[in-house]
Amino acid sequence: MWKTGAALWDLRVTPRCPYLWSLMPMQLCGVTTGVVRVTTVGDVTVIATESLSKRFPRVTALDRLSLDVGPGVTGLVGANGAGKSTMIKILLGLSPASEGRAEVLGLDVATEGAAIRERVGYMPEHDCLPPDVSATEFVVHMARMSGLPPTAARERTADTLRHVGLYEERYRPIGGYSTGMKQRVKLAQALVHDPQLVFLDEPTNGLDPVGRDDMLGLIRRIYTDFGISVLVTSHLLGELERTCDHVVVIDGGKLLRSSSTTDFTQTTATLAVEVTDTDAHPDGTRAVREALHARGVEVLDSQSGLPGAGHILLLTAQGEETYDVVRDVVADLGLGLVRMEQRRHHISEVFTNEDEQRKEAVGHGS
Amino acid sequence: MAVEHPVTVPSGDQTRIHNIGYRTYDGPRLGRSYATRSLYSQSLRGAYGLGRSVKSKVLPMLLFVVMCVPAAIMVAVAVATKAKDLPVDYTRYAIIMQAVISLYVASQAPQSVSRDLRFKTVPLYFSRPIETADYVRAKYAALASAMFILTAAPLIVLYVGALLAKLDFADQTKGFGQGLVSVALLSLLFAGIGLVIASVTPRRGFGIAAVIAVMTISYGAVSTLQAIADAQGSSSAVPWIGLFSPVTLIDGLQSAFLGANSAFPGAVGPSNGEGVVYVLAVLGLIAACYGLLMRRYKKVGL
Repeated sequence: MWKTGAALWDLRVTPRCPYLWSLMPMQLCGVTTGVVRVTTVGDVTVIATESLSKRFPRVTALDRLSLDVGPGVTGLVGANGAGKSTMIKILLGLSPASEGRAEVLGLDVATEGAAIRERVGYMPEHDCLPPDVSATEFVVHMARMSGLPPTAARERTADTLRHVGLYEERYRPIGGYSTGMKQRVKLAQALVHDPQLVFLDEPTNGLDPVGRDDMLGLIRRIYTDFGISVLVTSHLLGELERTCDHVVVIDGGKLLRSSSTTDFTQTTATLAVEVTDTDAHPDGTRAVREALHARGVEVLDSQSGLPGAGHILLLTAQGEETYDVVRDVVADLGLGLVRMEQRRHHISEVFTNEDEQRKEAVGHGS
Repeated sequence: MAVEHPVTVPSGDQTRIHNIGYRTYDGPRLGRSYATRSLYSQSLRGAYGLGRSVKSKVLPMLLFVVMCVPAAIMVAVAVATKAKDLPVDYTRYAIIMQAVISLYVASQAPQSVSRDLRFKTVPLYFSRPIETADYVRAKYAALASAMFILTAAPLIVLYVGALLAKLDFADQTKGFGQGLVSVALLSLLFAGIGLVIASVTPRRGFGIAAVIAVMTISYGAVSTLQAIADAQGSSSAVPWIGLFSPVTLIDGLQSAFLGANSAFPGAVGPSNGEGVVYVLAVLGLIAACYGLLMRRYKKVGL
């Protein structure tokens, strides 16, 4: 697992002049082209820790944490004080671990901190922008602080600020920016030196729903379009569900779970059905339930606490034929079929279950 | 390369993030020492308000002008009156203008470090290839350089003027050299003290007030005590009292070793033996300031 020398190569699928490309209106519609950097999946471990511990005089922030994170977008979940920030500090080589070891991009955090920080970007949770300089000025400076020569620093700043969605306002002092714009500047400074990995600490904090959606889309694109792996912390599970390939859960400095998002949100055999009401059947849902019952398909208890469960019928699909039965029943009753979909687990459900299990385990243990 | 294409920027539409094709960077990464130099040059420019708002330029530029104008006037007088010597020694100039220098360090030391603390930019710096020591060195070197520019510029005006007035070349060059050594030490000492005080507080106004207080109160107290000691007839105590304020330290050091006339009461500077103590005190203070800054920034991290 301790591999050094990450194998990366560039797969260029861009025309000769990327700027000609950038002029094309189709780009404005979000059609993905440009340079795609493909990282060999499975070969590379982006972050690896082995029995990593960090103890402070009174608190154990990380407790023998062993972890392997591959390329892609990885969510790091945990309550406040779960050890997320401590972990990022150790991974950046800024704080020595009490025990164990960690590698980032194949570099040892204890001895090669500076080399790691040259290849890694960091977006802190808190405000970190001086108000009296412009975004351009600030990001150019941070690019140079990452080792980019002056000309490259200016070019990459212009590019990066456009990628995060800052245009004319980038010449104005940051003090006058909205929270959303500030978040974009913070993201730009983390990406400006084209890192191989970025740590994003609560990037959607303080954003309105639209800004949040934009930010989540952008985080997804950091990997899919820019080819940069992402470690993003959040306490909002819905966000991680949408953006992450992999979710790591830590609690009290211990690893609770590490698995792919699809494992968390795998489809279930439960089918959700929603129908309309008609004059003949003022309560369409009930009519369908009874008709299904008559045909031998049992409807689950819909009071499971799921959102909108009152109007949604949940039933266990026995196979393909269940779909046909539902279709026929609804058609026979003359109702409209609003939706029929396979239920997915939500990450939060998994957590609720795991938390309960853990509490039980702890209860039994004590 | 980085040409802007307004076509890609529909005005007023700020809520969408457009894909404009990502370009990777394969160029050189110049590493830690380059990053430190970048921080140095940015901080040095910042000390004169360059790269910042117009408002930030006013005070440092004004103080720079105030420092140089008296030198220009002295030169004009010396040339016009065909004087045999400049009205003021090179080494004396900074002592006369100490209020301006104190004001400069009080305004620019907090600008240099308190801002980074207040707006929490420090963690961003430490997420870059630089280490704590690099940050401290870059900031210290930048403020010391800025102060050297402030204090050496009028000496250059005096020197050029003296040569234009055809004063004795060897004599003037020697005085100029002594003056430069003196202001170099003064810059290091003042910058160190200013930065240590400013690095404790994220509040700029508080930093300014604290630096001014330390500089002026220490000088006021020391020179008053020296005057009392001198009036009481115990003039041997005068040089020892002078060890307790930055301005009198520099004054004592340069009158012992750099041929300056002391501004102490009775114009009696420290003897060579006492002068060694002055040198040690100045160097010790500079080292202590550096050590304190290092200690401070060990804690500030992420």
